[in-house]
Amino acid sequence: MSKMELVCPAGTPTALKTAIEAGADTVYVGFRNETNARNFPGLNFNLKELEEGLDYAHTRKKHVYVAINTYPEAGNMALWHQAVDDTARLKADAVIVADIGLAHYVARKHPDLRLHLSVQASASNPDAISFYCEEFGVKRVVLPRVLTIPEIATLNKNINCETEVFVFGGLCVMAEGRCALSSYVTGKSPNMNGVCSPASHVRYDEDEKGNLTSSLGTFLINRFKKGENAGYPTLCKGRFNVNNKTSYIFEEPTSLNAATMLPELKEAGVVALKIEGRQRSKAYVQRVVSTFRQAVDTLESGGALDLSALLALSEGQTETQGAYKKKWR
Amino acid sequence: MAVKAISKLTLGPLLFNWEPTYWRDFYFRIADEAPVDIVYLGEVVCSKRAPFFDAHLPDVVERLNKGGKDVIFSTLSMVMNKREAQSVRDLAQQKDLTIEANDMSALFHLRGQPHTIGPFLNVYNEDTLSYMALKGAKSICLPYELSSASIKAIVKRAKEEKIEIETQVYGRTPLALSARCYHARAEGLTKDNCQFVCKKHPDGMDLETLNKEAFLTVNGIQTMSHTCLNLSQELAEMQNFGVSRFRLSPQTSDMVHVAKIFRDVLDRKTEAETAINDLKGTGFDAPFSNGFYHGQEGHSWVA
Repeated sequence: MSKMELVCPAGTPTALKTAIEAGADTVYVGFRNETNARNFPGLNFNLKELEEGLDYAHTRKKHVYVAINTYPEAGNMALWHQAVDDTARLKADAVIVADIGLAHYVARKHPDLRLHLSVQASASNPDAISFYCEEFGVKRVVLPRVLTIPEIATLNKNINCETEVFVFGGLCVMAEGRCALSSYVTGKSPNMNGVCSPASHVRYDEDEKGNLTSSLGTFLINRFKKGENAGYPTLCKGRFNVNNKTSYIFEEPTSLNAATMLPELKEAGVVALKIEGRQRSKAYVQRVVSTFRQAVDTLESGGALDLSALLALSEGQTETQGAYKKKWR
Repeated sequence: MAVKAISKLTLGPLLFNWEPTYWRDFYFRIADEAPVDIVYLGEVVCSKRAPFFDAHLPDVVERLNKGGKDVIFSTLSMVMNKREAQSVRDLAQQKDLTIEANDMSALFHLRGQPHTIGPFLNVYNEDTLSYMALKGAKSICLPYELSSASIKAIVKRAKEEKIEIETQVYGRTPLALSARCYHARAEGLTKDNCQFVCKKHPDGMDLETLNKEAFLTVNGIQTMSHTCLNLSQELAEMQNFGVSRFRLSPQTSDMVHVAKIFRDVLDRKTEAETAINDLKGTGFDAPFSNGFYHGQEGHSWVA
């Protein structure tokens, strides 16, 4: 079995260099527009930056994947086609797409461009994955965060492509690519606009006692007593009332850390480990990537994982192993 | 009138967990009384619910057919394990049935034979539509968050490809799917040990914000709008630009009455304004929304 590939986020040219210096085998990036699922202000790459980033990575024998993983807007396919054409022309190592029409475009126009299926396509079983492999020549699928490790192991035995899984960072509790909660509240969605619970629609209000409420659009997402740590009001991580009980009904404001499960993921046949966070700082990228680099190297050389270093990444925030553990469901 | 001939009213698959006998009687009444052309059957949300309806299924199908309704079988929307994959495969291989694919695993089996595409598959643009046509799709029910501009652009291509376009026009809007069952979680249970608590809420479980504003609806692994989609005002425009099927989503309120109201608007026998008023009297008290269609927040209402 070959070494697991570490796929790391790069929201900016600086983060790209940082990730590679910290030990990334691959960085993934997006263009500065609605074609990718992290379409945040101040993030992402223009053509020149991508060209330089590719040069930087390739000189060091590292890879760059370009995520074009929103669903193209009807009547406006040209923007997405252009992004694919540019990716192919600049010789990126792979393009990551979710939309069927776009996958078909890649397969037809750029058969030599390596095609990966985005987590946003929500392909969660062998038949769905086989559809994409057979129809478009998909070489790798990024698995939706809905499967347990035994399910991933079974899946890998029944498909003819590689799998990549998320191991660290932000955690969608809904099946990716199948969630319109954000657009229900703000009019902007991951699928169409590459954003979820966008900052433009967030509001914090403090009362005279110092209690804080956070809102998204016109809806109250959470309320914090004075001094309580107030998180960002991501819709599915809010506190709500159900059955006369107040709870984080969908998920606590937690993030994914599957670091301790690396041996099981390898055993399950996963070839690449993905770290979420193109919107994160350079310091964050440096710390997380280098820690995972060490973990993967240790694992591959047969040594024991230093769990304390991996768990320390959370900085005291709550973490979960998400759907990888069956009881999460 | 040409418009009347091509505008079909459909009843989407039941998304909630109803008592089997209640379920049977609901569809018997639909069969006998509702002016709908197509009825979708099949468990779309949770595979654990499916076996309960099997005993009544043949009777319901027969009654619907007798009532002049075409029956289409909808597949599960999220397929995660072997048992679920098998059930989708079994359904897809019944060549004498029309199947609505709601997960790509269904399309894997249905490609090359006539079928329909459900709203849980992401058809956001004309290129994806063309690919679906190439694989044998005859109609597509579009995703919920699309605006009229997108629907229009897709319909334009659909006409070229000779595919019918369907949109949901009434009922709570499905917004998200998850591996996790929130109904079970709310009761301190897990999905595997859920005790079918979703049965307690035949129109879904209310979720409100901390300042007691009605917000969302929990339906097992699915999250839905609190608001009730109502596109009666927009029907004429959609008919004009070429949407040909209009979907109502079943609720415990008087769906026969709802169907009659929508049929009358489609046939220009009732004004949309009257319809909106009449719909308020069908026994479902959630506020109406139509925001997605107008390119706005989905929960909003554009008068």
